[in-house]
Amino acid sequence: MTKHTPNLKAQKISGGVATDQRHDSAHKHVSGTAVYIDDMPEPAGTLHGCLGLCTATHATITKMDLSAVRSAPGVVDVLTAKDVPGENDISPTGRHDEPVLADGKVQFYGQPIFCVIAETREQARRATRLAKVEYKELSFVTDIGDLDPRKDRLVTPPLTLKRGDAAAAIKAAPRRLKGQMRVGGQEHFYLEGHIAMAIPGEDEDVTIYSSTQHPSEVQHMVSHALGVPSNAITVEIRRMGGGFGGKETQGNQFAALAAIAAKRHHRAVKIRPDRDDDMIATGKRHDFLVDYQVGFDDEGNILGVDFMFAARCGFSSDLSGPVTDRALFHCDNTYFWPAVHAQSAPLYTNTVSNTAFRGFGGPQGMVGAERVIDEVAFAVGKDPLEIRKQNFYGTSDRNITPYHQTVEDNIIHRIVAELEASSDYARRRRVIEAFNVNSRFIKRGLALTPVKFGISFTATHYNQAGALVHVYTDGSVHLNHGGTEMGQGLYLKVAQVVAEEFQIDLDQVKITATTTGKVPNTSATAASSGSDLNGKAAQNGARQIKDRLTDFAAEKYQVPRDQVVFLPNRVRIGNQEIAFADLIKQAYMARIQLSAAGFYKTPKIHWNRDKGQGRPFYYFAYGASCSEVSIDTLTGEYVVERTDILHETGRSLNRAIDLGQIEGGFIQGMGWLTTEELWWDGKGRLRTHAPSTYKIPLASDRPKIFNVTLADWPEASEPTVHRSKAVGEPPFPLGMSVLHALSDAVASVADHKVCPRLDAPATPEQVLMAIERLKAKTRV
Amino acid sequence: MAKIKIRNEIRFILNGEDVALTAVAPDETLLDWLRLNRTLRGTKEGCAEGDCGACTVLVGRLSAGRLVYECVNACIRFLGSLDGTHVVTVEHLRGDGEKLHPVQQAMVDFHGSQCGFCTPGFVMSLYALWMRSPEPSDAAIEKALQGNLCRCTGYEAIVRAARAISSYGKAAKDPLAAERKAITAKLKAMKDGSRVEIGSGKQRLVVPANADDLASVLDKEPGATVVAGSTDVGLWVTKHMRDISPVVFIGNLDGLSTISEDKGVISIGAGVTYSEAFSILAKRIPALGPLFDRIGGEQVRNMGTIGGNIANGSPIGDTPPPLIALGAQLTLRRSKKRRTIPLENFFIAYGKQDRQPGEFVEAVHVPVPAKATKFAVYKITKRRDEDITAALGAFHLTLAKDGTVADICIAYGGMAATPQRAFGVEKALLGKPWTEATVEAAMAEYAKDFTPLTDMRASAEYRALAAKNLLLRFFVETTGTKAPFQVSRYEAA
Repeated sequence: MTKHTPNLKAQKISGGVATDQRHDSAHKHVSGTAVYIDDMPEPAGTLHGCLGLCTATHATITKMDLSAVRSAPGVVDVLTAKDVPGENDISPTGRHDEPVLADGKVQFYGQPIFCVIAETREQARRATRLAKVEYKELSFVTDIGDLDPRKDRLVTPPLTLKRGDAAAAIKAAPRRLKGQMRVGGQEHFYLEGHIAMAIPGEDEDVTIYSSTQHPSEVQHMVSHALGVPSNAITVEIRRMGGGFGGKETQGNQFAALAAIAAKRHHRAVKIRPDRDDDMIATGKRHDFLVDYQVGFDDEGNILGVDFMFAARCGFSSDLSGPVTDRALFHCDNTYFWPAVHAQSAPLYTNTVSNTAFRGFGGPQGMVGAERVIDEVAFAVGKDPLEIRKQNFYGTSDRNITPYHQTVEDNIIHRIVAELEASSDYARRRRVIEAFNVNSRFIKRGLALTPVKFGISFTATHYNQAGALVHVYTDGSVHLNHGGTEMGQGLYLKVAQVVAEEFQIDLDQVKITATTTGKVPNTSATAASSGSDLNGKAAQNGARQIKDRLTDFAAEKYQVPRDQVVFLPNRVRIGNQEIAFADLIKQAYMARIQLSAAGFYKTPKIHWNRDKGQGRPFYYFAYGASCSEVSIDTLTGEYVVERTDILHETGRSLNRAIDLGQIEGGFIQGMGWLTTEELWWDGKGRLRTHAPSTYKIPLASDRPKIFNVTLADWPEASEPTVHRSKAVGEPPFPLGMSVLHALSDAVASVADHKVCPRLDAPATPEQVLMAIERLKAKTRV
Repeated sequence: MAKIKIRNEIRFILNGEDVALTAVAPDETLLDWLRLNRTLRGTKEGCAEGDCGACTVLVGRLSAGRLVYECVNACIRFLGSLDGTHVVTVEHLRGDGEKLHPVQQAMVDFHGSQCGFCTPGFVMSLYALWMRSPEPSDAAIEKALQGNLCRCTGYEAIVRAARAISSYGKAAKDPLAAERKAITAKLKAMKDGSRVEIGSGKQRLVVPANADDLASVLDKEPGATVVAGSTDVGLWVTKHMRDISPVVFIGNLDGLSTISEDKGVISIGAGVTYSEAFSILAKRIPALGPLFDRIGGEQVRNMGTIGGNIANGSPIGDTPPPLIALGAQLTLRRSKKRRTIPLENFFIAYGKQDRQPGEFVEAVHVPVPAKATKFAVYKITKRRDEDITAALGAFHLTLAKDGTVADICIAYGGMAATPQRAFGVEKALLGKPWTEATVEAAMAEYAKDFTPLTDMRASAEYRALAAKNLLLRFFVETTGTKAPFQVSRYEAA
C-alpha cells in the first residue's frame, strides 16, 4: 500500500468500518510477492522432511526395515515413534489417541510411520519409497454403512438432544415416515498444502513457521512432543493459502516432526508434503449416515422428529466430538421441531481421522433437516418451499431449539420472502413445469433453501481473544491479534476496526503476522469467530490507549474528558485540533504508555453438554439461496442455470469481503454436494487423493446466472463488533439449494409423486441412478 | 542427410534474461528450477500434476515462424523441453511505471483474490487470454480458466475481473506485444538446427533437431522415453519418481509439428498440441469442438499432443475413440521405415500397443466425414470440465437413401482395457431402419460388447447404463429435434 500523509481536514477516515476495502494483500497476491511459508528464504543448511506412509489399512507392523532409506542419497536421519523425545501424541482434545508417528500398529491406509530427513525435498521423497515394512493385517472397517451406530465403537462420547417426547409425538402424528440419507465428506483442497518450517534456537527454543489456523495449539503440541515447556516454542504464521478448517489441527504433525528434527540436527527443517500425501494423511469433512423419522399432519406441519447422525470419524477423536455435536445443533436448521430427539454416533473407522471443515458438522445437520422437509413435502404433495415456510421458527413463539436456546433474532421469514420475490420463484416454477412437459430428456428443477447458522464455539472457553496494539511516536499503529489470515480478510477487517477506533486512515495501521510470542493462548481461527472475537479484542486494546490519551489530553489542555474527541486523523481538544501524530508525540514525551493488550470474551453464552441444554450460540446468521438446474436424464449430467442468494452479515464491516465469502462459500458448498466425491476401494485405500480424481468446482461450474445480494437491513441483535455478524461458515450451506434443485429435477421423471432421496454428493452417477430408481418405482 | 550439429546446452529466455544451461537433469521441472534455482517464488506448487494451475507460466515459442505465448503448467513441464522459448513468469508482468499490470489491477479491484495462493496462476492464464482475446466472452473466460482451481472465491470475482481487464490497458500496447519483434528475432537465432544433447547415463536428455533426427536418435536408443507434452510423463516423475532417462523431447519439433489437409484427410504430426490440432479439427469436424473444450485445462491443451494421447495407449484417452470412429490411420516410423495402420489396430491390450522398439508415432490421418454422414462424440465425467473420462462414446453413421443404416462405427473409451468398438451394437444396427425401435433393440447389445470396471470415476453399472444411453442421445441428435438433448455450456469459438 502506498503510504500517504494523513489528511487533517477529512470528513471521514479512509478505510474505516463499513467500507468496501480491498484485501490488504491483494496487490501482493497478484504479483506473486505475498510470502507463503514455502516462499520464505531458507536458512543455510535447511533440511527437508517427508513422511513415510503405511501401506496397510489396519495392521500390526511385524517388521520395519529402514536401512535402504537411511542409506539413500542425501538422507540425514529417519525418525520413528521412538525418536519422539516427549509424548508421541498430537490429540487436540487430550484423548491420547493420535500418535505423531504410529508405533507398532497402524489404523488407516496412509498413516505416517516414519519421517525421512534429507538434504533436499526430492531426496527425502525418493528415500521414503525404499522402506520395507511388513504387516500382520487385522480386520478393518472403512464404511459407516457397515456399522451399528448404537453398538459399535465410538471415538468420543456421543451427544443426545431432546425436547418434548419425540417418540410419542411421532407415534401420535396423523402421518409418519422414516428414511436414511448418506451425506458425503469433503477434502479441503486448500491450494497451499500443509507446511511447517522449524528453526532451532538456543536452549530448548524452536521457532516454527506453520501453515495453521491454530498457532497456540501447534505450540502446545510441539512442546509436548519435544517434552519442553510452551515458552520454548514460538509459532508464527503470516498467511495461509487457504485453510477451511483443514489447518485447525492437521498441521500439528508436520510442525512436531519438523521441530524434532530441527532440535536433533541443529538445522532448520522444512516439511511440505506432496499433494497426494497431504490428501491421504490429513483429515477431511465427516461424512454421515442420517437416519430420520418424522411425524406430521396432512398439511405438512411437522409434529415430531427423531434423528440419528452417524459419522465416519476415522481412527481417532480429533475434533469429532464438537463436529458431531454441531451436526445436532443444526438438525433444526430454520425449523421448529415441536418434539425432537437427536443423537450422534461418532464412529471409529479405519480411515484418516476426520476433522474441522467450514461449517464443522453444521451443514451435515442442516442437510438432514432439509431431507426431512423434502420427504414431508412429497408425502403431502406440496411444493417443498411451502413446507419449509410453514415449519419455520416463530419470532415470539415456536422458537425453542432442540438444545433449549431461544431463537431471539429470527429474520428468516423476511429473508426468504424477499428472495422468493427477487428470484421470481413462483413464475419460474410454472415455467419449469411447462418446460419439463415438453422436454423428453432434459429436465429442470428449482429449489429454495434457507440457512440459520449458530455463531460461537460450542466449547465456551474458546470464545476469547487477545490483541496487541502499539502506537509508535510517529502516530503509526502496529496491530497484532490471535486470529490467523487464510484469505478471509480477517486481518483487514480487524485493521479497519482499529483505524475506526483511533480515527486514523487504514494505511496507518500495520498488519503483522500472528505469533504466539505476541498474543498468547489464542483460540483457533475457526467457527466463523475471527472478526467477532479479534475485532473486539483489538478494539479493546485501542480503547485502552485512547482512554490514556484522552486522560492525558484533558489534563494537559485543561478541558473536560468529553471535550477530547478523536476526529479523522486528528484530535479535537477543547477548541483546537491537533494531528493524531502530534498528540502521540506529546503523550510519549509525557511518558504515557502507548501499547496495550486487548482482550475480549463473548458474553451470555453457556452450555451444559450432559444436560443438552444452554445457550451455546451468541447469535445466529441467516441466509437463503434459490437454484435452478438442468439435468440430462440419459447420463445424469447437469448444469446450474441460475442461483439467487440473499444473505446477511449484520451491519457488514466490509461488504466487498463479505460478498466474496458468500460467493465462495456457496460454490464450496455446492461442490461438496455435487462433484466432490471421496472414494475408498475394497482394500480401504482412499483413491481420490489428487485434483485429477477429486473434483472441486471450476469457474465453468458456477451458476450461469449468479445473483448474490447482501441484505442491507439486518444488524446484529447483540452488541457485536459494530453490529456485524460472522460470515465464514454461514454461506457454505447455501449450496444446499443446488442439491434440492437436482432432486426436484429428478422428481419430475415420476411426476413429483416420489421423493427422490437423492444422496450427496449428487454426482452425475447419483443423479442417473436416482432417475432409474424413480422410473422403476413408477413402472410398478 | 547432412551431419547434424550437436549442442550441449539448452538456451531460452527467462523473463528479460538470456539463459544457457549445460547441466540440466532430464526430469528437472521448470517449476522446481524457478523456485529452487532462481528463487522466483511467485509461481506456486499446488498439485504437481498439472491440474490446479497454481504454477501457470507463459511459454512463448515459434509456431510456423510466428511467436505465440501459451500458458502451461510449470510443475510438469520439463526444463529440457524449453530450448528456443521465452518463459514468462508472474514476476515479469509490468504495468505502466510503478503500476500493476492491467490483469493484476483488475484482479485487485474486483476482489479476485482471497488466500492468494492460486492467484499468480490465474493472473497468468488471464494474461494469456487477454493477449489473444482482449474482449473475451464469458464462455471464453471460463474455458481459459478450466485449468485453474480456486477454492476461496467461487470464481465470480475472478470472472468479473477478467471481463474488465481491457478497461485497464490495451493488449496491443502490452510490453510482450511491444517486444514481440525483438523476442521473435532472438528465438529464431536460438534455433540453430542443432540437436541438443545433455548429460549421460541416468541423466541424459536429447532434443532432436527435427523429425528425421528424431528417427536416427531413436534408432540408436530405442529404449528412450519419448516426451511430447509431458502431461502424462510429467506425473511419472512428480508422482511416481520414476527414472526416465534417456529422454527425447519431441515437442515443437520441425517435421513433427505440422498439420495439413490433403484430399479430405487431415494429417496431424505427433508433436502437434491439442490446441493447434483442434483449431483446425473443430472447424473441419465441428462435432469435435465440444470435446476439445473438455480435454484437460487450457495449460494441458497447450502442452499435450494427440500423438501422445494415442501413443500412451490409455483406455481413457479422449481422442482415440472419435478418431477410430472417423476411420483414422496411424503412421509409425522407425529410422526411415514407415508403416501406416488403422488406428484401432494400434491398441492391442491394456498397456500394449503395436509399436516396435525404436518406432515412434509420426502422424495420425483423420478423414473428414462426408457431409451426408452423421458424426458425434460424447464424453461423460464427474465434473464437466477438466476431468478424466468415465466413459466416452463416438458415433459415425451413414444412412442409406431408404433411411436404413448403411454404415456405422461406434467406439468407446473407459469401457474396456483399450479404446474399443461396439461391434455387437453396430451389427444390430446395420441394415436396419434408423428408428428408435432399432436403437432400443441395439442397446441390449452393449452388455455383450462391454464389461466395464468400477473405479473412483464411476461404477460399472453407471458406465454401462450411461454408455448405452449415449446411443439414444445420438439417435435423438440425428433426428433433427429442436428440443435440447444434452446439457452444455459449450460455445463454438
